[in-house]
This record gives sequence, C-alpha cells and structure tokens, in this order.
Amino acid sequence: MSDKPSPVFLERRSYRQRRLVDAARLLPLAGALLWLVPLLWPQDSGPDVAQQIPAVPTSSAIIYIFGIWIILVLSAMFLSAMLDHKSDLRYQGDQPENRDT
Amino acid sequence: MARRVLIIEDEPNIIEAISFILTRDGWQVDTHSNGHDAVSVVQARAPDLVILDVMLPGRSGYDILTDLRALPATQDLPVLMLTARGQARDRELAEKAGASRFMTKPFSNADVIEALNALVAE
Amino acid sequence: MGTLNILIAVCLAYVALLFGVAFMAERAALKGRGNWLRSPWIYTLSLSIYCTAWTFYGAVGYAARSGLEFVTIYLGPSLVMVGWWWALRKMVRIGRTQRITSVADLISSRYGKSGLLAVCVTLLALIGITPYISLQLQSVTLSFSSFAVSDAEGAALIAAHDTALWVAIGLALFTILFGTRNLDANERHHGVVMAIAVEAVVKLFALIAVGVFVVWGLAGGIGPMLERIDASEIGAWQMDRGRWFGLTFLSAAAFLTLPRMFQVLVVENEDEGHLRTAAWAFPTYLFLMSLFVVPIAVVGLELMPAGANPDQFVLTVPLSQGQDGLAMLSFLGGFSSATSMVIVASIALSTMVSNHIVMPIFLRVTRGGASGPSDVRHVVILARRISIGIVLTLGYFYYKISGGGTALAAIGLVSFAGLAQLLPAMMGGIFWRGATRNGAFAGLVTGFVLWAYCLLLPQFGGGLPVAVVEQGPWGIGWLRPHALFGIQGMDPLLHAVMWSLLLNATVFVLVSIASFPSPLERLQGAQFVNIFEHSNNPQSWSGGVAQSEDLMIMAQRILGPAEVQSFFQAEAARQGLAGFLPEPTPDFLARLERELSGAVGGATAHAMVAQIMGAATVSVEDLLAVADETAQMMEYSSQLEAKSNELTRTARQLRAANDKLTKLSVQKDAFLSQISHELRTPMTSIRAFSEILRDADGLKAQDLTRYASIIHAEAIRLTRLLDDLLDLSVLENGQVNLNIREGTLADVISHAIAAAGADMHPLKVRRIGPASDIMLRTDLDRLAQVFINLIANAQKYCDAERPELVIEVNRRSGRIIVDFIDNGTGIAPDAQGMIFEKFYRVSDRQAGGAGLGLAICREIMDRLGGTLGYLPGQGGAAFRVSLPVAQWMAAR
Repeated sequence: MSDKPSPVFLERRSYRQRRLVDAARLLPLAGALLWLVPLLWPQDSGPDVAQQIPAVPTSSAIIYIFGIWIILVLSAMFLSAMLDHKSDLRYQGDQPENRDT
Repeated sequence: MARRVLIIEDEPNIIEAISFILTRDGWQVDTHSNGHDAVSVVQARAPDLVILDVMLPGRSGYDILTDLRALPATQDLPVLMLTARGQARDRELAEKAGASRFMTKPFSNADVIEALNALVAE
Repeated sequence: MGTLNILIAVCLAYVALLFGVAFMAERAALKGRGNWLRSPWIYTLSLSIYCTAWTFYGAVGYAARSGLEFVTIYLGPSLVMVGWWWALRKMVRIGRTQRITSVADLISSRYGKSGLLAVCVTLLALIGITPYISLQLQSVTLSFSSFAVSDAEGAALIAAHDTALWVAIGLALFTILFGTRNLDANERHHGVVMAIAVEAVVKLFALIAVGVFVVWGLAGGIGPMLERIDASEIGAWQMDRGRWFGLTFLSAAAFLTLPRMFQVLVVENEDEGHLRTAAWAFPTYLFLMSLFVVPIAVVGLELMPAGANPDQFVLTVPLSQGQDGLAMLSFLGGFSSATSMVIVASIALSTMVSNHIVMPIFLRVTRGGASGPSDVRHVVILARRISIGIVLTLGYFYYKISGGGTALAAIGLVSFAGLAQLLPAMMGGIFWRGATRNGAFAGLVTGFVLWAYCLLLPQFGGGLPVAVVEQGPWGIGWLRPHALFGIQGMDPLLHAVMWSLLLNATVFVLVSIASFPSPLERLQGAQFVNIFEHSNNPQSWSGGVAQSEDLMIMAQRILGPAEVQSFFQAEAARQGLAGFLPEPTPDFLARLERELSGAVGGATAHAMVAQIMGAATVSVEDLLAVADETAQMMEYSSQLEAKSNELTRTARQLRAANDKLTKLSVQKDAFLSQISHELRTPMTSIRAFSEILRDADGLKAQDLTRYASIIHAEAIRLTRLLDDLLDLSVLENGQVNLNIREGTLADVISHAIAAAGADMHPLKVRRIGPASDIMLRTDLDRLAQVFINLIANAQKYCDAERPELVIEVNRRSGRIIVDFIDNGTGIAPDAQGMIFEKFYRVSDRQAGGAGLGLAICREIMDRLGGTLGYLPGQGGAAFRVSLPVAQWMAAR
C-alpha cells in the first residue's frame, strides 16, 4: 500500500504484529468459507427419496453454525487484544495522527 | 495705512492672544483656522505678512508654505512660522520650506511684535 | 381490559425512563462528566439498532416458515464486524478525519463533493427506508393487538385509537428533542445513543428470557429441546442454496450501507479504538439474539393453533402459558427494537435531507451563505426538525396506505437490496482511486432502476401491470422483471439483487475507467483511499486572498457567534497571533471547512468557503490541472505547495512583525514631539495672556475676566494631560492601587453613560443583556473609566447618520463579556492592530484628546484581570470588554 521504501527485515515484534494483522484480515474470509459449508450438505428434495442420503438434522446444523460463530468471536477477541495499542504504531505507517483532536 | 497680517492657526485661544497684541500694536489682523484652503485664502486676501502654524487640520504648515513659495505672487511674502514642536528637525523643515522667521511656542509677546516689525522692515 | 391498561402504563413508564436516560446523558456530556458515555460497550450496544422489530418478532416467524435461513441476516454483519480491519476501520477513519455526516455525505465527498450524487443517495435512502419505518410502526401495532386478543374491551380500544399514529408522534418528539439539540453533527447525540444502548439491553434480555423460558420451562432442557427441534416441521436441513449465500452477502452489504448503521458506526463513533471491542462484542450480541430463535419457533409451532401468526410467537407463547409478566417484557423488547430503529433512521435521514436537499436549495435561493440575510444556523436546525417530521409522516402514511398487511413483512429484504446499491460506489470509493463521479452516478442509477423494476414495483401490487410482469413490457420476454435476459426460475429477490448489483458494479467500473475525474475528485480520491498514509487535510486551500473577516462573518451565521469567535481565536493563537483573525492558511481553512461541514455537509461547506475564497479556488484547481500527469505528481506538488505556502506565510508574518516594529519606532520618535506639542499648545495661551495681563493697562473688566478664565481653562487642560500621562505610566509600571468595591454591572454602565453625557449627545445608546443581576467585585471606578472612554469614542468617531451604540452583556464560559458595538464604518483592518498603542489617533486631528484613552483602558483591564479587544466583523466599531469569573457573582 505504501510507496515509501520500507526496511527489508523487521524487528521481531513488528514482524509478529504484521502476521497478526494478516490473521485479522483472513479471519472473515475463513468465517465466510466455513459458513458456506452447509451449501454442500445433502437435502431431501425431489421425488427420488429412496436414493437420498438423509438430510442433516436441524439440531446438528444449529450446533455447527453457532459453534463457528463462537470460534469466530473468540478469535476476533484474541486478535483485537493482541493488536491493541501496538499494531497501529508499526503497521505500514498508518498510525493515526491525533493533531486534530 | 495699517499693515495687514493674516494669522493661520487652529487654536482659538492662541488666535485671540496674537490678535490682541497685534491690534494693540497697530496691525490690521485677519485670521484663518484651517489648512485645506490656506493657499487660496492667502492669495485672495494678499496680506503684508503671514503668521503660519505648523500643525493645522487638513494640511501641514510646511506644505502650505512650499506651495506659497512656488507661486510668483507670494514668492517673497514674509512668513513667520510658529510651531509647538521645538525640535531641531522642525526648524530645518521650516527653513527648507522657505520660512522667513521661525518661532517656538510658547513665545513672548514682545518677541512676536519685534519679529514682525523686523520682517516688514526687510 | 386489565392487562391492556397495565401494558399501556408500563409502556408509558418505559418511555419516560428513556426520556430520563437521554436527558441525564445529555446533561452528563454537557458537564464533561460523561466519560462512561464514551465506552466501547455503549458503542457496541448502539450498533444493535441493526436488530429492528423485524428481527425481534420476524426472525421467529421466519424460522417457523423457512428453518435456519433467518440466521443469514445475522451472519453477514458478524463477518463484517469480525473483518473490521478491512472496511470498517477505514470508514471510521475517513468519517472522523473528513467529518462525514451521512452515507450521502461520504459518497458525495469522495467524488469531488458532488451535490448531485448526494441528492441521488438521499432520495434512494428515503425511498428504501420509509417502508422500513412503516414496518416498525406496524409491528408495535400488531404486538398491541396480540395482547388485546385475550381482552375484548381492549380490542375495541385498539380499534378506536390509531396506535401507529401515537407511536409515530411520540417518536418524532423524542427524535427532535434529542436528535437536533446541537447543530454540529460531529458533536454527537449522547442522549440518543445512551437511550438506544438501554433499549439494546432490554431487547436482548427480553428475547433471552423468553428463550430460557421455552427451553428450560417448556421443553425441559437442552437435550429434549434438540430432539423436539428435529421432530418438528423444520427438523431437517432445507435450504435454498442461492438464498443462503445471497442473503448472507446482502445483509453484509446492507450493514455497511444502511444510513442508520452508518450513523452509529461512523458518525456517533467516539474513538476508533471502540471498533476493536465491537469487532467481537457485536457478533456476540447477534449470536445471543439468534440463539433462541429456533427453539421459540419450534415450541410455538407445537403449542399454538394452526393459523396463528408465527411472527407473534415471541409474545403469544408466553401469553398462552399465562406468563403475562414475561409477555410484557417481550413486548418491551419488541417496542425497544422498533423505536430505536426509527429514532436513528430518522436522525440519519433528516441529516441527509436537510444537508443535501434543503440547505443547497436555501443557499441558492438566498444567493449563497455569505450573503444570506438570515441566520443559517436556525434554518439548518429547523430543516432537520421538519425533515424528521416528514420522514415519520411518510412512514406513517405508507403504513396506512399499504394497509399494514403481509405486504409489509417482505419489505425488510427489499429495503436491504435497495440500500445495497450504494455498495459499489462506497467500496470503490474507499479502495479504488480510479473511481469517478460519473462512474458512481451511472452505477447508482443503473442499480436503482433495476432494483425498482425487478423488486420494488412488482412486490407491491399495482406498481407494474400484470401483463408486464408476466409477458414483459410490450411483450418482450427477456425484459420480464423476474426473468431478465431469459434467466428464469430464480428466487425473485436473488434475481433482482444479482442483476442490479452486477450491472451496477459493471457500469460503475466501466464508466469510471472511461471518464476522467476533476482535480478535486482526484485529490479526494487519494485522500480517501490512502487515508492511513497521509494528511488530515481534505483539500488544500491556497490562502492569502481570503479575507479572514469575511469567513468569520459567514461562519457566525452558521455556527453561531460564540463558537466561531472562540474557534477563530484558538486558530489565531495556534498561529501565534493575538486577536480573532488568523491567517487564512490552508490548514486553517481546511479545519474551518470541516467545522462547517459538520453543520451543513461537505459539499455545501466547500461551496461556501469557495464563494469567499473567490479566485483562490480556481487557482488551486488550475494548479492541480497543470500538474495533472500522474496522481503521484499531483500529491507531490500539493506537498510542495503546502511548503511554499508555509514559507510565504512565515515571510508575511515576519513582514507584519517588522512593519509593526517600524510603525512603533516611528511612533516612539513622534512621542516626544507629540508630548511637546500637547504641552506647549496650552502653555502658549497661558504665557501670551498672562503677559497681556501683566503689560497692558486699562483693560476692560470683562476682558480681564475673560483672559483670566482662558488661562484657567488652559491650565486645567495641561493638568488633565499630565494626569493621563501619569495614569498611564503608573498603570504600566504596575504601581496602581485598586479600590475594590461591590456593585452591579448595570450601575457601572449607567454611571458611565451619564458621565459620558450620552443623554445629551445625538448618539443613541441601547442596552442588551442581564446586566442588572450581575454583581461585580472589582475597582468600579476604573471599570467605569473604561466604559466612559468607549462610549466617548463612539460619540466622537461613529459616523452613521443616526449614530447608535449597543452595549451588550453576556455571560460565557465563566466570564462576563460586555460588547460596545456602534453602527458606524468601524475601524479599517490595518488600523485595528494599532488603536491600543499610545498616541495613536484614527485620524490626525479629530476630536481632540491625546490618543491615550484606549491605551489607558487596555492597561486598566489588564490590572483588573480582564481584557479589552477589538472585535472585527460586527458592522461598526466594536470593542469587547471581558472580566474573569472571580470578579462577578450572581446576585444573591
């Protein structure tokens, strides 16, 4: 994003922060993918009932969807705690300049 | 015939004082209290002598005098300048503008009369 | 009758509580004690307006009909929040640095502060949101009737009274009261946000309470509940796969583009850090809101008779079990969901309507802000209030006309799909520098037309003729609204969302690539896309030509004099200047523009400043147009420009300082000559007349008296002059003894007016303000001396045909302020800096006096701990005396 030349190697801490930001960016994509999994589940539709695998019961669907929800929330909580206070100062120079406030 | 003097000065009290002593000395006194049209007033009344203050409303006495000296009719008119600012620089300015005499306020009445008589005698 | 009466009583008590909460929050914020108001938790709770009555009641109905599909409405926003690092962080930063007031403002600001786009977005939002507001009114009405079913008298009562009308009126009142209190939209609505946070807790608590009752009270625990779910009609996974994906995407898009969400997410955001907490806390909230939906639906389907409306299960299940208290709580939950949505939505819509439709029209009618005769501030507030009224009236009438039937229930998703049309322009705007105004406009119009044609009009009977829906317009089959381009058999909603967003985005991208943006657009584009990399400076003005005083006059009309004066003073202080007029630096102008845009919107503020800056705008645009080759070059040049402006400004300041020093040194020289003149003139008269008295015999008695009295008068004049000089020197050296006494300000002013002889003078004195109940404890004589001097100055210098002096008293932030404003021509700007210097006279010889008056006055005010200054931009000459708090107290 930045045109400014940046150092090739970063300190250990900055490096860790950058990877955390990567994780924060990936998290919603992972969530979306996991929540799209139900699209692959069998459904009982059509007249040919005999050949079909029985549909997933709603209780299992609830447990799956809400389970992912909890995992997402906990991961987001973990990431925002880890990113707190530090990330903005180091990541690609995009720290807020609080001159106006 | 009485000699005519024109006093150009804006302080009414000073005008009154000078008028009094000059009238008593036998002058015919005329007064004017503003700088704007002083040059034309001098031309119109053609006095024998002018007493000119420096700090006038509208125009400074130096400017008026410079103009008077540029006109043929008033080129040699005797002019006594009065100023309340008694610095050396003021005297220089007065001489440069062409003042015949220069006096600093406050003055003694006798000095004024003496100066006027000397100017007319010249 | 019993339950219904209690219900109405509880409802009123709850509303009173909300008013109280909002009021307390406003008070606390006003007194600066509102730190707890700014916690990330309040922020998270305020986001819950996403969950409207449609989700509170409707989710259960939705689940009863289509199983787990309802959850997609919550999955989308959860993903957006969890992915805050992508879009929300950027939107909040942009919103805060650019002082964005609404979605319309965001899009208009991004595309070169375009007024057309702003109007377009505003209209789209108005069309999309109004039915949604009707839906909320409907849900409150329905929930009332659910209670009334068990209660014949109540039903009659409900029938006799128009519940929706009363709800609409109440909400309009609340919103106007707490939503338009302060003008600057960036000052945020603490009261409203706090009330919404309370409502968020109530609705979550209510839904969980009903859920817990259903799972543990009726089903007998988690295990049996799950068995019951699997045994029910919705026990097997049944999903339209397209809708599962499409609705998740749609809800995510709507979460970003809904005006009310933008209001709480961006505009009301106090601190970017709050997003970190909300990123996981808000998905948790949504999780809890949806956790018990399926159990309630399943139990409702079992317990309730076949024809029962599943949308009311949240209410009717507890009612059928005799749990009136729980039903009441659940009713309050639904009530909270409906009201909080309507309040925020109407604030957001009214901001857009007043900023982008009413104000531009008003400004055009009155030929621009700077020359408008009336106080724009009042117009803005009035416009907001009227807009709120209009929005709610529209919602109410839509509810009445549509008959409040099932047609409304579908409107939630239709509305989402309409607002989602903003997504390409919005995301393109903050991520792609190539996006242009023409592209955004073309894309929006395309999306909007398709949405209306494929979804909105067919959805509401009568919008399109049946023939058009079935055979296509003029019989052209591939134009059928539910099967565009021959794609048949899709779900109508999905079909419409797909085509409208697809074509919207395509047109947006193609037109953007094909068209060329104006310099202003490109600058804003760089600002938005690279918001984290540079600048808090939205658009650079080149200073120098602008007249700070004109800017001040204009700004006063919009923001009010007090705010503007303190803003200008602070800006001047920031630049190291005294007084009220800062240099028109780019920094200052940008900040002023942002202040204004909080009140009237970005495009309007820009237009107003541009009007005053005159040619300067053109020169910036020209300059940028020249440096048009690449965006990098343009940024580089604007940086250079900023630097050179900085240098010019420094040079100008140095020159100003030098000029002042030169002027002062000339004056110091003149000082001696002045003082000599002032002393010698009376002495001349004294000497001349005393010589006359000494030398002349035979003076008349009356002459004697007269000359003696002249001497006397001139002696007094000399003494007065010497007094003044001494006074000044004593004041300057700080050896003055103050004679501290108590008295009212009114007495001091009256004394001054009398002493200045103002009653005899043609100058008319008019007094304004609460002077009589202000007690002073200071040196009253010295203060009166200052007042007398100011009145005398007006008498001497006011050159109006009918001179008038206004003495206005104000209390402001712990100071009392007395303004002396006359109606003359005032003091020329280049003289304003000099009038307080010793021996300075406005003209060379006018009205006597040695030119010491104002210098003395300023020294006196210094000693009294106050200030005396010139107040520019008031019409005539205006002086401001200000006294510190320690020197006044309210009358006991």
